[in-house]
Amino acid sequence: MQHVPGADRGRVILYALSTCGWCARTKDLLTDLGVGFSYIYVDLLTGEERDRVVREVEHWNPQLSFPTIVVNDSKVVVGFREQEIREAIGA
Amino acid sequence: MRDLELEAEAGGYHLNPDREFTRGLVRGLLANRERYGYISCPCRLASGNREDDLDIICPCDYRDPDLAEYGACYCALYVSAEVAAGARVPDPVPERRPPPAERKRQKAEHTVVSETLKYPVWRCRVCGYLCARNEPPEFCPICRVSRDRFERFM
Repeated sequence: MQHVPGADRGRVILYALSTCGWCARTKDLLTDLGVGFSYIYVDLLTGEERDRVVREVEHWNPQLSFPTIVVNDSKVVVGFREQEIREAIGA
Repeated sequence: MRDLELEAEAGGYHLNPDREFTRGLVRGLLANRERYGYISCPCRLASGNREDDLDIICPCDYRDPDLAEYGACYCALYVSAEVAAGARVPDPVPERRPPPAERKRQKAEHTVVSETLKYPVWRCRVCGYLCARNEPPEFCPICRVSRDRFERFM
């Protein structure tokens, strides 16, 4: 998991795919908003680590689609929905 | 990308006019071809098993219904004529692909096949093209996807 430093808005985790345009836009949006967040490219993982992270994403989003953003282990935003993302992180 | 565009236009489809965005998706498709041996959707998590990923090989099984409903396919590589002309902004496309457990269940269900037809009818899962013959064609004559994208329809 990579960390992008920025303002503390709680624990913001972005589950993404390295090949996905909407995931890239989401990452750019969070970066532009200056929020500290962690991201993980699930498609680049292998073996047990991948299985574990896939289960983690499915827990928040059973559809297993990307991007999935989880804020403070409670708020979940699926897809590049700018307004919802801003609201979830209070930006 | 020019080839992809010509092919899309010849088939009555349109690539996303946002060149930079589209280029990123094409890079994703090529990365997936390198990784898995087939161009699975850059915005979906592939399993690496072609049979499990057949429905998300680009163009995916969900492209046409998403174009009709939202003006773009799931990853927005393809857009409707209206969006391509700049007359409409595509809506975010919710994932239409059933979740993993549901896909497994659907696969287990057997299609009821009529025994009274002279020839079986094959359906292209991508564009809906139907043909009645012993085997599906090597490539769909309408949307060019490979034989394994066909299902027995009747």
